[in-house]
Amino acid sequence: MELLLNKHHLNRREEFRYFAEHELDTGDHFPRENLAKAGQRGYMGLPIPSCWNGQGEDFLTYILMIEEVSRVCASTGVILSVHTSVGTFPLLYYGTVDQKKQYLGKLAGGDLLGAFALTEAGAGSDAAALISSAVVVEGGYRLNGSKLFITAGGEADLITVFATLDRSLGHRGITAFLVEKNQPGLVAGLPEKKMGLSRSKTTALQLEDLFVPTSNRLGAEKEGFQIAMSLLDGGRIGIAAQGLGLAQASLDFTLNYLQQVKGTTNQTNHSSVLIIAELAAKIEAARLLVYRAALAKESGKRCTREASMAKLFATDLAMETATRCLDLFYPASKGGNNPLNRYFCDAKATQIYEGTNQIQRIVIARELLKRLS
Amino acid sequence: MNFVLTEEQEMTKKMVRDFAEKELKPGAEERDDQEKFSRAIFDQMGKLGLTGIPWPEEYGGAGCDFISYVIAVEELSRVDASTGTTLSAHTSLAGWPLYKYGSEEQKKKYLEPMALGEKLGAYALTEAAAGTDAANQSTTARLEEDSYVLNGNKIFITNGGDAEIYIVFAVTDKTKKAKGISAFIVEQGMEGFSFGKKERKMGLRSSPTLELIFENCRVPKENLLGAEGEGFKIAMSTLDGGRNGIAAQAVGIAQGAMEEAVNYAKSREQFGQPIANFQAISFMLADMGTKIEAARLLTYQAAYLESAGLPYGKASAMAKLFAAEMAMEVTTNAVQIFGGYGYTKDYPVERYMRDAKITQIYEGTSEVQRLVISRYLLA
Repeated sequence: MELLLNKHHLNRREEFRYFAEHELDTGDHFPRENLAKAGQRGYMGLPIPSCWNGQGEDFLTYILMIEEVSRVCASTGVILSVHTSVGTFPLLYYGTVDQKKQYLGKLAGGDLLGAFALTEAGAGSDAAALISSAVVVEGGYRLNGSKLFITAGGEADLITVFATLDRSLGHRGITAFLVEKNQPGLVAGLPEKKMGLSRSKTTALQLEDLFVPTSNRLGAEKEGFQIAMSLLDGGRIGIAAQGLGLAQASLDFTLNYLQQVKGTTNQTNHSSVLIIAELAAKIEAARLLVYRAALAKESGKRCTREASMAKLFATDLAMETATRCLDLFYPASKGGNNPLNRYFCDAKATQIYEGTNQIQRIVIARELLKRLS
Repeated sequence: MNFVLTEEQEMTKKMVRDFAEKELKPGAEERDDQEKFSRAIFDQMGKLGLTGIPWPEEYGGAGCDFISYVIAVEELSRVDASTGTTLSAHTSLAGWPLYKYGSEEQKKKYLEPMALGEKLGAYALTEAAAGTDAANQSTTARLEEDSYVLNGNKIFITNGGDAEIYIVFAVTDKTKKAKGISAFIVEQGMEGFSFGKKERKMGLRSSPTLELIFENCRVPKENLLGAEGEGFKIAMSTLDGGRNGIAAQAVGIAQGAMEEAVNYAKSREQFGQPIANFQAISFMLADMGTKIEAARLLTYQAAYLESAGLPYGKASAMAKLFAAEMAMEVTTNAVQIFGGYGYTKDYPVERYMRDAKITQIYEGTSEVQRLVISRYLLA
């Protein structure tokens, strides 16, 4: 067992950290500039093979990037995570050579931004309940329906859209399609007003007689649900890394604040420091869970348990850390502005998307009950 | 970085698990009930090579790393936490300072028979007025010709009474406070060394916890461990690694309790179905499983750092804090899942819950771990 990052990972983490701290802006608009800078450095396609214009890095390297970016700007973090885990990987895994030629290289190089449209008003945790329909027409399919909560909606250039060919088949009727941003019939709604991740632009997508050529069907007909599910483990590890970065950001900020207080008053607020110590231990634990999950994913073996545990633990911790740090900081923050407010509001989303933490518990319990029999 | 056990670590895990299932499980409840320490179990561990896992073969050890060692403590504790603590105190608290600070002669004379399982070790730091404030020692050691003369009482000594070899801390120079404390190797049977009251405890009941009494106990000068005045440093650095043994113990206790809870939840039916089907139960199991794995990774990481010769004080304090708090929570919830049956002695989960409590207390309370961690953070 080798429980430290190797030199390559350490070097790349340094590089990601420098990039995040010096290059990223934390404004309140959609972070186009951040994404462009990330794309220039190859961060839009880190774990994609170099033959497809990616960096050919392993999954852990990609996860280190998400962690470091999220430490500075969690909105940019989630856009990059969605772009890679569920916007680019499906093409790598299921795309035809032509589809890969057309899209994969551009996604990996950052020329295109990817998104993922599965959720609907009546299909959240129960994704198989989606009702957006696809009807076979000459040369392709016609899609109708309404997708909800789409990260980078209206901004992303290529969206993997899920619709059903036959609702009576349940999840077995679901099919995946590659839809380009400016196709007629694809209408992005107004951005949701959210409590956090305000830069990541979340919209509804209306599918109004949207024509998709057969050449843009991803995978086989009715293979969509299996495609969506196969992406979950990787997506969850990405969000776990986002939670980890957020938790670290809250801790760093508060520790720095306590040190300043100590510097000016020569007094350590004892109880505050003890709370920070406990959070630091939990963050270390979360980091190990997240890195372990990333390596498990890289190994190619099933990593459902590892991914869900990492997601559950790291994102619950992001919320806990932000909450407790806000408590500690509060006396000094009256009327002022501090990034803890942002971390707190951003962290909440990580407990909800890519499978709520209740869903993670269902998954983990299933794995435990199966293993111990 | 990888999270895969080496072949040697896997073998240790399998061997200790088999041993624990076969040799510890059948009598664990009875030993707990009767507060009975089994020397025969320690002897068996000696024969299996478990009593000196991280020490070099030249001192009778197995020459393995600290990950193998914490795996052994974890696997023992999964079935019987008392045996886990016996091995942890023997190895981390008594063996480690001998290995680290002992002279060649001392290692041959004391570490080797301990590593071979011929002798049992113990560590005597705590006193009635020196718990968390360990530097507040009142046991004294006065140099008289070729011996140190020890006077004072030590309490809460794990393996006390049954151990042959004790690492004892005493004040050699009161004016120097912590820097006036020295460490001694004391053998059972030395004149003036006797045993006091045996504690009756809520948990770890088959691990003896005793008071040690020193009345003009003459310890040969060559049994000074390290230099005079180095005792407190020895005591504290010993605890760094010891904490990781306790973290491993906590992980093992929690794992054992969770496995019991999982099996019970699958077989216990209410409202016409196994209670595992109810999310109120299965979500508790999911949280248990996740936190246990998190604690295990922290524990292995600290052990890895120690094996690699890297600083591990912060990592072991984090592992100990997180694992102990986790073990208390997991075992409490395991009893909850068993409901009324869990509260009875018909099932082992109440024992796991009683055993878990001490992991938050000994080798530095959770409060002290937070303090230790905060010092690293604010450094």
